[in-house]
Amino acid sequence: METDDETLALAAANGDGEAFGLLLRRHYDRLFGLCCRLAGNTTEAEDLTQDICAALPAKLANFRGDAKFTTWLYRVAINASHDRRRRRATHARAANNWGDWELNRVAENEEAAQQSDWLATAISTLPVELRDTVILILGEELTQAQAGEILSVSEGTIAWRMSEVKKHLRAYHQKEGYP
Amino acid sequence: MSDDLKALKALLQDTPAPDAEKKHENIALAEKNFADLQGSRDGARPTSETKPKRGWLNTGVRALLNSLTTRGALAATTSVATLGLVVFVLLPQGGSEGFLPKKAKAPEDVSTAIATEEMAAESEPTLQYLEAPKEGQLEILEQVQPAPRASVAADRMMATGGANGQIRPVHPIANFEDHNISRPMPEFDADGETYANEAPNPLKVTREEPVSTFSIDVDTASYSIIRSSLTNGYLPDPEAVRIEEMINYFPYNYPAPAGDVPFQQTVTMIETPWNPDTSLVHIGIQGEMPVIDNRPPLNLVFLVDTSGSMNQPDKLPLLKQSFRLMLGQLRPEDQVAIVAYAGSAGEVLAPTAASESSKILAALDQLESGGGTAGEAGLEQAYAIAETMQKDGEVSRVLLATDGDFNVGISDPDALESFIKTKRDSGTYLSVLGFGRGNLNDATMQALAQHGNGQAAYIDTLAEAQKSLVDQLTGALYPIANDVKIQVEFNPATVAEYRLIGYETRILNREDFNNDKVDAGDIGAGHSVTAIYEITPVGSPAVKVETLRYSDESAAEFVPSDEMGFLKLRFKRPGETTSELLETPINRNEVNGNDDVRFSAAIAGFGQLLRDDTYLSDWGWDEAIALANGAKGQDEFGYRAEAVTLMRLAKSLQGK
Repeated sequence: METDDETLALAAANGDGEAFGLLLRRHYDRLFGLCCRLAGNTTEAEDLTQDICAALPAKLANFRGDAKFTTWLYRVAINASHDRRRRRATHARAANNWGDWELNRVAENEEAAQQSDWLATAISTLPVELRDTVILILGEELTQAQAGEILSVSEGTIAWRMSEVKKHLRAYHQKEGYP
Repeated sequence: MSDDLKALKALLQDTPAPDAEKKHENIALAEKNFADLQGSRDGARPTSETKPKRGWLNTGVRALLNSLTTRGALAATTSVATLGLVVFVLLPQGGSEGFLPKKAKAPEDVSTAIATEEMAAESEPTLQYLEAPKEGQLEILEQVQPAPRASVAADRMMATGGANGQIRPVHPIANFEDHNISRPMPEFDADGETYANEAPNPLKVTREEPVSTFSIDVDTASYSIIRSSLTNGYLPDPEAVRIEEMINYFPYNYPAPAGDVPFQQTVTMIETPWNPDTSLVHIGIQGEMPVIDNRPPLNLVFLVDTSGSMNQPDKLPLLKQSFRLMLGQLRPEDQVAIVAYAGSAGEVLAPTAASESSKILAALDQLESGGGTAGEAGLEQAYAIAETMQKDGEVSRVLLATDGDFNVGISDPDALESFIKTKRDSGTYLSVLGFGRGNLNDATMQALAQHGNGQAAYIDTLAEAQKSLVDQLTGALYPIANDVKIQVEFNPATVAEYRLIGYETRILNREDFNNDKVDAGDIGAGHSVTAIYEITPVGSPAVKVETLRYSDESAAEFVPSDEMGFLKLRFKRPGETTSELLETPINRNEVNGNDDVRFSAAIAGFGQLLRDDTYLSDWGWDEAIALANGAKGQDEFGYRAEAVTLMRLAKSLQGK
């Protein structure tokens, strides 16, 4: 019932402001959700979203319609998060962010908080590409093929990375003795 | 999925909702940057070469190599070459992807990787993907190839590096920060367009819920918004589609009232165009057209939004032109005042007789946009002026022209509503004219007009201004019946199911019908209002909800009759506080329907195609176009022909 993203994106790439506005409004919430997952806390996520929004017009001028718009947008967001991390944050700080976010957010349920906190820390210890993969697969609920397209790796690599994540979590369990 | 992953998933899925204010700031920022980019397009727009894909290797890197002279790079080249490096490559399972390098034969290829890396990343550890090598997944390729070949299906290049055997894919597109990342916040504060709408009315089972109650609606804004979207090449947001406003946009020639009542209702039953097994009950209400010569003088206060966002050709300039058109229709004894609101509210023109047109036109021309919007401050002043103009027996009306932003003062529609309600009761009405797209706040517009006993119209072209302000001047400004409510009781013996098409935002509770305290829509002089029900007769194969096995099946208690239902209308004469009641039975009498009836059915179909075509089965654009085309009738102003054009546009946009 609505004009598809790719048509709008191509129109926007050709300078159509209304198409651009429509497209951004349509995907803003999803983009913000992804940024939360990528950044690990709300403040960082908001800054990241702002970065992406600011740069999106220039980026979009390059959109050629050879991938789905959402795939393209995910790619832009992930690259932006890498840039941001590179510019701003050390690995350690990113880890703290996850922890802070969790501690602030779910204080009412002790057990859940504990569990989440553990997971939050666990996520922060994942290598970047595993983290990106796990965010796309579990957070955004994409298929392995979709995640592969976004991260420019094969489905097989995604599957392998997911098994690595599992291993990683198990190892983390054993080391930290939780639960 | 393992428990760990499940827990991880739950954590990842639990993200906070976006902050509305941030969202609106970010979208505004993006739109500003977008607009800026258009201004300097030739310079700012990167060519496709800047986002390298396959061809990159052949152009960029080659060029780079040719000019590669930095000491570091050359040193690297040499040292790598002397190491006699063995190159690893990762072959992911099942993937054909992979940059197939060769044994370190030509130093220049290794330097490619290093140079690329240096280009793309100042601090390598964060940029690289460090793919943990897994046993069995790495192959050492000893084969010699003449040149690096990118058989990469994606836009990154995997390059090989360091003697430690790490494999480093490098992101050539990681140049994100080259773009204007931290632009200052723009001054304007568009909130995006917000629409007032509810989910489409569901099918009701007569046996369970025989009574349907709603308020009439003479707004037309939704149709103009749809037209503006379609002519710009988009399908409108389904939320922007309010079917009753589309239907009521068109003038119909329903029988005029005779006698004392201010309007006449006409009920027609026709076969549903999209379903031969159901019928449409078409209720047309025609307001009387009082003799215009005798109308009381009008007191009009133009309340004009002159905020920065109004500075677009389709906003303030169009507004000025529209008002000029309207001035020509006023009588010498009518009074006009102009109030601008922009940061601080100001009286631009004190109440002036319409005969002094040059003075009014000069004041209009002075209006300039700039500054923030304080909707409420201006509104208070406009009402104050309107009250000073009002004499006994005169109609006062504030005409609010805005692009929908009320971002200083009361921005909460509820608070504005209550302010307008109070003023309405003291005899000053409010109509809202929407201009421009982008930050049109449809919800607020609706709320204001609805509670100000006025009309909300969206003006996108001068032709629309002609229609809303000139042709329907008396109707828009001169109410003949207030709080008009419709209640239909369907007969369960004859009607199995029914649904009201449109009016989602106007549904009332059954008990509200007889409660004169409950506000409803108003009919202006000469207005016509149409409501359409789709009904499924008892025994029709189109019945969707089956009768319950255990329900009371004693249909015998219903008297078989030709009455499909009973229509009741309540209205108040202007100035009265108690309502009058009109009643008409709806008889089973399916006819072909005249052009007016069939055209409104076509528009009902048009609206459903744009919004939700659940009930249309395979009835589509072609059928809607044919039906509308065959029912154009006189069409003096070409409104119906325009609708057909829009349907054609929508059809091609939807690609069906």
